[in-house]
Amino acid sequence: MTENPPSYLDAGHTIRSWLLTTDHKRIAVLYLISVTFFFLVGGAAAGLVRADLLTPEGDLLTNEGYNRAFTLHGVIMVWFFLIPSIPNVFGNFLIPLMIGARDLAFPRLNLLSWYIYMLGGLFTLIVLLVGGVDTGWTFYTPLSSMFSNGHVVLVAAAVFIVGFSSILTGLNFIVTIHKLRAPGMGWGRMPLFVWSHYATSIILVLATPVLSITLVLIAAERLFGLGIFDPSLGGDPLLFQHLFWFYSHPAVYIMVLPALGVISELVAAAARKPVFGYSFVAGSSIAIAIIGFFVWGHHMFVSGQSMYASAVFSFLSLAVAVPSGIKVYNWTATLYKGNILLDPPFLFAMSFIGLFVVGGLTGLALAMLSIDVHVHDTYFVVAHFHYIMVGGTISAYFGALHFWWPKMFGRMYPLTWGRITAATIFFGFNLTFFPQFILGFLGMPRRYHVYAPEFQTLHVLSSAGSTLLGFAYLLPFVYLGYSLVASKRASANPWGATGLEWTVPSPPPKHNFVEIPTVTGRPYDYPVDKEDSR
Amino acid sequence: MSDFIALWPESASAYSGRIDLLMWVFTALVVALSAPVFILIAYYAWKYRAGRKADRSDRVNRNTLIEISWALIPFILIVALFVWSTRMFFTVHQPPPDAMEINVVAKQWMWKFEHAGGQREIDELHVPVGEPVRLSMASQDVIHSLYIPALRLKQDVVPGRYTSLWFEADKPGIYALACAEFCGADHSEMTGRFIVMEKPAFAAWLEQSGTDVSLAAEGEKLFRSNGCSGCHGPAATVKAPDLEGLYGSPVPLADGSMVTADDQYIRDSILLPQSEIAAGYPPIMPTFKNVLSEDEVMKLVAYIKSLATTEDTP
Repeated sequence: MTENPPSYLDAGHTIRSWLLTTDHKRIAVLYLISVTFFFLVGGAAAGLVRADLLTPEGDLLTNEGYNRAFTLHGVIMVWFFLIPSIPNVFGNFLIPLMIGARDLAFPRLNLLSWYIYMLGGLFTLIVLLVGGVDTGWTFYTPLSSMFSNGHVVLVAAAVFIVGFSSILTGLNFIVTIHKLRAPGMGWGRMPLFVWSHYATSIILVLATPVLSITLVLIAAERLFGLGIFDPSLGGDPLLFQHLFWFYSHPAVYIMVLPALGVISELVAAAARKPVFGYSFVAGSSIAIAIIGFFVWGHHMFVSGQSMYASAVFSFLSLAVAVPSGIKVYNWTATLYKGNILLDPPFLFAMSFIGLFVVGGLTGLALAMLSIDVHVHDTYFVVAHFHYIMVGGTISAYFGALHFWWPKMFGRMYPLTWGRITAATIFFGFNLTFFPQFILGFLGMPRRYHVYAPEFQTLHVLSSAGSTLLGFAYLLPFVYLGYSLVASKRASANPWGATGLEWTVPSPPPKHNFVEIPTVTGRPYDYPVDKEDSR
Repeated sequence: MSDFIALWPESASAYSGRIDLLMWVFTALVVALSAPVFILIAYYAWKYRAGRKADRSDRVNRNTLIEISWALIPFILIVALFVWSTRMFFTVHQPPPDAMEINVVAKQWMWKFEHAGGQREIDELHVPVGEPVRLSMASQDVIHSLYIPALRLKQDVVPGRYTSLWFEADKPGIYALACAEFCGADHSEMTGRFIVMEKPAFAAWLEQSGTDVSLAAEGEKLFRSNGCSGCHGPAATVKAPDLEGLYGSPVPLADGSMVTADDQYIRDSILLPQSEIAAGYPPIMPTFKNVLSEDEVMKLVAYIKSLATTEDTP
């Protein structure tokens, strides 16, 4: 047996070898470090918000301070963590490995997207340092264009810049998936993770430009008073909402589709069984991406838009539930007669399914017109989208981290710690956000700095949960960090999983494959009668 | 209801009771669709965990019939709820013609209410029990949203357009009223009280806080003081559209289209007079955008409305 080439981690040790790398795996690590940083900043803002809400008077922050804290929390978490997290870290690292390619189609463009992301991040940090912005992450006009005294243009610039990073990454993934699949890997043999990233990339490329245009219009309106959104000049404030949600509803699928791809991989590997109904699960990603473009009006049921338009948007929003439901039922069926490893990746996947189902079904409540009228813009909505975007996406992100960590860094970590973390996140998350469903249904509006005293008990529960959750999110820093220096080395395939990424050493060599493999079978080709454990 | 943690909001109308019923049925459906997933996942994870002896023969990896059925059956159930919910949504958007009118002006950060008799209140809304009430709402600055949880109702108040909301409260009491759309620094303090009164008590309240001048009469005063009567009045020499009987009637426009002279049309004609020109009249009216506030425009609308009703109703 010939000596393996050095791993991508050992291919160079200088700072320069990292900052000028075009290796998709190194760029993934750069993203891992930077999204982790922004996760901590956004999390700190969330911590401030939850601490302030411990008392009805909100005596920790001023009203402006509170508004700025939740705005930065939203802006940072949406654009600098949730959207880039799974695609830019795990998509970058895994797509070439999973399809048997040596790199993405445009390695230098890939590095450029990281620099653009960092430039947008720098702008956001400047906004943070000069005092922040108080419009909410949605920038509704005319509040943002005429009345806000925060740094709206600067934060719009930050989001505008980071949008280009998304577009370039999306393009890179689409071209890579079309052109660089290994011989024999037809569309029907592609891992579901790759399918979901393909669907995500379509949204990234088609929707992000609309956001960019909208942000330019906001800046122009604010600086030059063009009157596009100003009714006294003949403009329409609701036009902004249409443009904004045309991007931002699909953006929810940018966050959750990659997560769905992760869970398919995790469930199959944990059950050591092919995913039940592969083609339905793959197709449902594309269906979600397409239908997701036609539901934005469900954010505007009480805005004064035509009630007939609302009825159509309501129906289409309910229709998205079908492909999402297919995935959940198919994962459940995958476990049937499996040979299930109760390891951290599986626990995170179960946590994802639980939270995603609750988040998705409460989304149906919001899609129904007359229920939405009552709970719109209340804590019910806050709870709903945190279940999907935080409960769902972050569970999947942590699941991915725990599943592919040995592959990325060549080290195992203590599994018990991973199990404890998964359980604590699940419990802490539910304690944080379940009370918010009740708060919202009782009629507490969102974005309130002071609130009626009868809501305090539920807020205290929620803040207690968020403390536990914050603690659980920090745990992996300890044991994953520890694993880098002191744990035992991981084998090429520690979980006994299928997929081309597990056929190369852990961590992989710089060019992934010594010889490009030829794919001969279907994905998730687990042996049927193997009943032993690892 | 428990004093420690309330789990269900107060209800002040028959409509809110119907929303609650829908919510119950929806919750039951949610449990029916999701409980099997949670139970089976836990059961399979235990039964088929690695190392445990279990029957793992005859695995199936696909079954199109099953997959189609678990896509279609939930969808059909959901569509049934969609029909139910949408019908209720349409009823709250179609006010009965005899509804009592109250004007609402939202501004950073207060609610101003004006009754037809000219009674005004701030951050408090008094309404009689058992009578349909229609709120006609305008915003002076940013988007606000009037939210009355006890009615399960909410409607954004958008600058540049009138939105409306109607309800029939049936349980006297004092309920919360809030702004639900983030509107700036003091958003969370833009709250108030929604007070439902027995009819005699409400009449007494109107009496006691009454002014001599109704909204329409105040509008008439503004009509004169702002010079509207100079062109639109009966003795005017300038050729301007006659406003008698205008409200609610179709108006042919210079571009050949037709509009109905509703609140929105009259408001736009005052503030944006060049946007919709009535056919046969020169576009010479100046804008009153920086002259009149939203509540003054509402009074003018009330006056023009009263010109229509004096002729039609006996």
